[in-house]
Amino acid sequence: MAEGENEVRWDGLCSRDSTTRETALENIRQTILRKSECLRSVKETPHRPSDGLSNTESSDGLNKLLAHLLMLSKRCPFKDVREKSEFILKSIQELGIRIPRPLGQGPSRFIPEKEILQVGSEDAQMHALFADSFAALGRLDNITLVMVFHPQYLESFLKTQHYLLQMDGPLPLHYRHYIGIMAAARHQCSYLVNLHVNDFLHVGGDPKWLNGLENAPQKLQNLGELNKVLAHRPWLITKEHIEGLLKAEEHSWSLAELVHAVVLLTHYHSLASFTFGCGISPEIHCDGGHTFRPPSVSNYCICDITNGNHSVDEMPVNSAENVSVSDSFFEVEALMEKMRQLQECRDEEEASQEEMASRFEIEKRESMFVFSSDDDEVTPARDVSRHFEDTSYGYKDFSRHGMHVPTFRVQDYCWEDHGYSLVNRLYPDVGQLIDEKFHIAYNLTYNTMAMHKDVDTSMLRRAIWNYIHCMFGIRYDDYDYGEINQLLDRSFKVYIKTVVCTPEKVTKRMYESFWRQFKHSEKVHVNLLLIEARMQAELLYALRAITRYMT
Amino acid sequence: MGKKRTTSGEGRERQRLPARRFRIAAPRADSADGGSFFFPLLGLTDRGFSDCPDLKMSRVTTALGGSVLTGRTMHCHLDAPANAISVCRDAAQVVVAGRSIFKIYAIEEEQFVEKLNLRVGRKPSLNLSCADVVWHQMDENLLATAATNGVVVTWNLGRPSRNKQDQLFTEHKRTVNKVCFHPTEAHVLLSGSQDGFMKCFDLRRKDSVSTFSGEATEAGQGRWASLPVAQRCILRIHHSFAHGLMRDAESRANEAQESWGCPDYPLGLCSGPQAGQSESVRDVQFSIRDYFTFASTFENGNVQLWDIRRPDRCERMFTAHNGPVFCCDWHPEDRGWLATGGRDKMVKVWDMTTHRAKEMHCVQTIASVARVKWRPECRHHLATCSMMVDHNIYVWDVRRPFVPAAMFEEHRDVTTGIAWRHPHDPSFLLSGSKDSSLCQHLFRDASQPVERANPEGLCYGLFGDLAFAAKESLVAAESGRKPYTGDRRHPIFFKRKLDPAEPFAGLASSALSVFETEPGGGGMRWFVDTAERYALAGRPLAELCDHNAKVARELGRNQVAQTWTMLRIIYCSPGLVPTANLNHSVGKGGSCGLPLMNSFNLKDMAPGLGSETRLDRSKGDTRSDTVLLDSSATLITNEDNEETEGSDVPADYLLGDVEGEEDELYLLDPEHTHPEEPECVLPQEAFPLRHEIVDTPPGPEHLQDKADSPHVSGSEADVASLAPVDSSFSLLSVSHALYDSRLPPDFFSVLVRDMLHFYAEQGDVQMAVSVLIILGERVRKDIDEQTQEHWYTSYIDLLQRFRLWNVSNEVVKLSTSRAVSCLNQASTTLHVNCSHCKRPMSNRGWVCDRCHRCASMCAVCHHVVKGLFVWCQGCSHGGHLQHIMKWLEGSSHCPAGCGHLCEYS
Repeated sequence: MAEGENEVRWDGLCSRDSTTRETALENIRQTILRKSECLRSVKETPHRPSDGLSNTESSDGLNKLLAHLLMLSKRCPFKDVREKSEFILKSIQELGIRIPRPLGQGPSRFIPEKEILQVGSEDAQMHALFADSFAALGRLDNITLVMVFHPQYLESFLKTQHYLLQMDGPLPLHYRHYIGIMAAARHQCSYLVNLHVNDFLHVGGDPKWLNGLENAPQKLQNLGELNKVLAHRPWLITKEHIEGLLKAEEHSWSLAELVHAVVLLTHYHSLASFTFGCGISPEIHCDGGHTFRPPSVSNYCICDITNGNHSVDEMPVNSAENVSVSDSFFEVEALMEKMRQLQECRDEEEASQEEMASRFEIEKRESMFVFSSDDDEVTPARDVSRHFEDTSYGYKDFSRHGMHVPTFRVQDYCWEDHGYSLVNRLYPDVGQLIDEKFHIAYNLTYNTMAMHKDVDTSMLRRAIWNYIHCMFGIRYDDYDYGEINQLLDRSFKVYIKTVVCTPEKVTKRMYESFWRQFKHSEKVHVNLLLIEARMQAELLYALRAITRYMT
Repeated sequence: MGKKRTTSGEGRERQRLPARRFRIAAPRADSADGGSFFFPLLGLTDRGFSDCPDLKMSRVTTALGGSVLTGRTMHCHLDAPANAISVCRDAAQVVVAGRSIFKIYAIEEEQFVEKLNLRVGRKPSLNLSCADVVWHQMDENLLATAATNGVVVTWNLGRPSRNKQDQLFTEHKRTVNKVCFHPTEAHVLLSGSQDGFMKCFDLRRKDSVSTFSGEATEAGQGRWASLPVAQRCILRIHHSFAHGLMRDAESRANEAQESWGCPDYPLGLCSGPQAGQSESVRDVQFSIRDYFTFASTFENGNVQLWDIRRPDRCERMFTAHNGPVFCCDWHPEDRGWLATGGRDKMVKVWDMTTHRAKEMHCVQTIASVARVKWRPECRHHLATCSMMVDHNIYVWDVRRPFVPAAMFEEHRDVTTGIAWRHPHDPSFLLSGSKDSSLCQHLFRDASQPVERANPEGLCYGLFGDLAFAAKESLVAAESGRKPYTGDRRHPIFFKRKLDPAEPFAGLASSALSVFETEPGGGGMRWFVDTAERYALAGRPLAELCDHNAKVARELGRNQVAQTWTMLRIIYCSPGLVPTANLNHSVGKGGSCGLPLMNSFNLKDMAPGLGSETRLDRSKGDTRSDTVLLDSSATLITNEDNEETEGSDVPADYLLGDVEGEEDELYLLDPEHTHPEEPECVLPQEAFPLRHEIVDTPPGPEHLQDKADSPHVSGSEADVASLAPVDSSFSLLSVSHALYDSRLPPDFFSVLVRDMLHFYAEQGDVQMAVSVLIILGERVRKDIDEQTQEHWYTSYIDLLQRFRLWNVSNEVVKLSTSRAVSCLNQASTTLHVNCSHCKRPMSNRGWVCDRCHRCASMCAVCHHVVKGLFVWCQGCSHGGHLQHIMKWLEGSSHCPAGCGHLCEYS
């Protein structure tokens, strides 16, 4: 990448001015042509460039350029760039050089490509979003393409992420990306790690840090512990953790920096959940996103295997649909019936206080047994484990025997009143952005459920939200946790729990086995709820500890 | 200019003083506007109007007001954090409610006494976890609480059993944030909840009488939210109030039925307002004056005004705050004044009597506002407490929005509930807090930031003129002592404004003085030079000290130079200092008092005074104070005294830092100033050049110093003169012993600390901060954090005013003070514009998006310049600093080949 960087500038492509893009592309074309000419002249056997000899540096650099070009031809929101990139690729192919092709089935492994909005067929509002995203990052990542099911949310999400990573803030840019890497690595999310390794190097980060946390500055190493606890057992965060970070002599964090770091950590923890929850595929230009082999050579590449999705074929999907259409139809009906019942009987039958209290406990305890039976061992494609230490530290259930952690009550410390004020005080404007994001995620609805229209889904959304908080030991006094049991069936609970607590274990089967009749956009919607609820839960615990430290 | 700047609230007040004045000068619409009521618009019957209970209310309260309240500031520990408090109408009891506490305390003379625990039962249910509590203002036995699980509970203290719980309303689906009794009606209770509904209960019935939806509805399109309730609405209230309610409820019910029959909604799930869309209610308050009116505040920043008889739609709605409005309070006397407080850290006062709600006052606090309560009997006062971070309770005068009138600092965690003890007594405030304590604050015990603030304003004009405005009393006191007569720097005009109508006549009448500077005077060159040339880090201590001493000496600041040398001796091994060096410094030391003296005595002494005379005088004085020296050596010049005192090196060194103090005090001594007076009247135009010899700080800071420095403000010269004698003796005696036994440098830390304080006190924060940075750990622990921070911020401010950005940044980086190093972490983005098309560059790379050219190319090497770019102002070509410098050594033409003869200096 570094070598290519010196000669090829992708920046021009992000411009909104088509002539600028035109010239930039022309430059790229010439550079690539030059490179490939020179490569061809060096080699005697031009028809086998991707074998043994291709390990030479120049060919490697060229391949990277080609991969980037491939990404552009598929994912650039500007039509002219897409066409021209494809044209360049074609002309290279005519020179006898093997060009890459994208792997996998689009942005998500779980969602068929045809369901997802194609770049180029978006409407004006989405195009504006895409263009913004592309202009800011020079790419349109798969997460964006999946989230665009819900443009209203996507806009807020991109704005927040852009602010966190690129706008005014106490932390230097490379720190921000490194913290992102640390957070994503906690969940072994190679997708996010890859993305941010590139960004980290791009903003001038020291490549040595990438060899592991112990090569990073002491200050970042200190953050490791908080990262670990926050990702897996946020309820254990105490003010001593905060104190340890703030009072570490010359490696100490300032409060503003810490809040920035905490927001980044929680953002990337939950984004890792989304990545796994929606089965986001590797980016086309990153490792595992493309292959130079012709399609006939093999069915899948190594990356596919290591990512655990080697069984991705169309068969099970179809059969599942065929068998259970009628079955799952009733599923939706039953769910709606339950919602109606709950709505009606709420006024009449009131559970006693003791029962309400015990329902929370029951739900909490049950959430602990909810776990997928199949423990697929997933090996991360890139060695992400070096970015964090203590791999054995994972999610432990909130209500494990013995360990008594007091219930966190929202009425005593909530985001709207307390968390927001604290964040906005220490890291201005971000409180506002996150607040908006929470609001949109929580209130997003199209009043539809599967094939039904005009349905009030607020009860269902609230049940999901509160269930996630329940797993983190956060209780709402004014919520009847019996509702959760009525509304969320077991397979759904398994999915929620896995996505939120151990996202790396999500499999396609899990994704498919809940809410079978629902649309993919609705499942993505569920994922948005999950990640925002998770982010809020982590933030609440971290911010409460900071507040306690401050008083 | 070694002036110290205060960074606290005082500074803020000072800067904004004029603005506030204008605000107050604006005509007020509050007083005469009592005539517009809401009632006539609503077609209220005459009967209802005559029943308007203003009279009854005031009679009751005056009767109560007859008794005199007594008490003191006190607090008591609760078992658990409190969420809200409320006072009984007899002002003798207070109820405290929280998640796990619900108690009544009697307020006695000396203490709180627990009277009743309402939290009974084996297993405390969530109904007892209170978010809010309110005590009826008409009935001493009646209380209501809002539970976090959405239940509204009423309590009757008159019940014989242990459990006083009276009624339970479980109509709200979410947490109830607020309950409120009607101020005069015995049975009417209002609640506001997270689910976006407000409900009005009649305590004699089991269900709510009416429901108000916070959903923003179009006029006339409101949906009747709880139809079944409306249908069952059989009201047996004898009061006219009830008539209004009933009539309205019936008509609403009919209307609602008509629209109900629509079967379009499948499963009936979306009939009625949808929970997701209505905004949470944060506060509800009945108007004290308008019988049917109540206000409600919402999470989205809106405030609504409702008529209790018309649940279909609100009378009026406006956006009051950005973000949630946490609280509101009606003014007890002024009809239609509503105070609101929000997450945006503002308290706003609205006038609701006009056609549109008009913002009358706005108070900016430092944290989100959790509660606001008008102070009884003080028309413009209100008390606030905050939701997060800030634990204090403030009482504001809304006309003076920048400095609180009073401040209560008792609590250790956020205050969650405040209440004035008696509706007609302004001096008792009760508060409950998350720190599990209940407090009674007495107004006279409050700290009053206004008292401590010295409202002063200071500004430079374009040509160096200086305007200074201060509280009149301050200026008067000063000018009384030291009249400006004989000083050429007297104010060219002096304006005093005293407006009897001004509400803070005592505080805010101010005197404005304008000083004009004579050309050539007030140079601050030394400050800039020193700042630029000092070395603060990166070399061993000894080298740094030597370097800085050299810099100071070259700039003619000999005392400073000497101080540096001494620091070196103290903190580095003493044996290494060559004697010659010592001699030299001592010799210079003779004239060291000069800059200091000037900074302090400008007013007493003509600025145009011949510098020789001053030199002599200062020398004479230092000598006479330093016992070891010959006092007759008054007239020798600088060159002379280099040879004089080689032998007394050690003692003299240690005396060095005392000398400063001597100088300072000496200047206050009337005996020394008198002989100078004839020279004062010399026309200063005769000495324009002399002035440059002396480091004369411009006028501002000696005024400032007068105000700040304890030496000046309170004490007379004779009092002050005692102190230095003491210290010089003690130092003298210690110094010999010290030097001989080679005590560890720690021993000197007291001295060094005093020295730093001395410099800072004088206005030379530069010295204080530089020494602080260089010595680092060695002295830091001796000086308290706040002082250090104060020095740092003052110095940084000065540096920035002189645009010494690099130096200021270095200081910020080197500082160890947390608050200071944070300064560097805001605004960290650098925006670059392309040099060709003038558009902002993208943050990646150095190529402009638009014109696709590399910005800022070096004319010599044709690469992009990423660091310092130097360019010719004639032809605008340039490049790397190094390259251009090298190029110009060989050629005088522009490297770009444009033919311009460039000059780089």
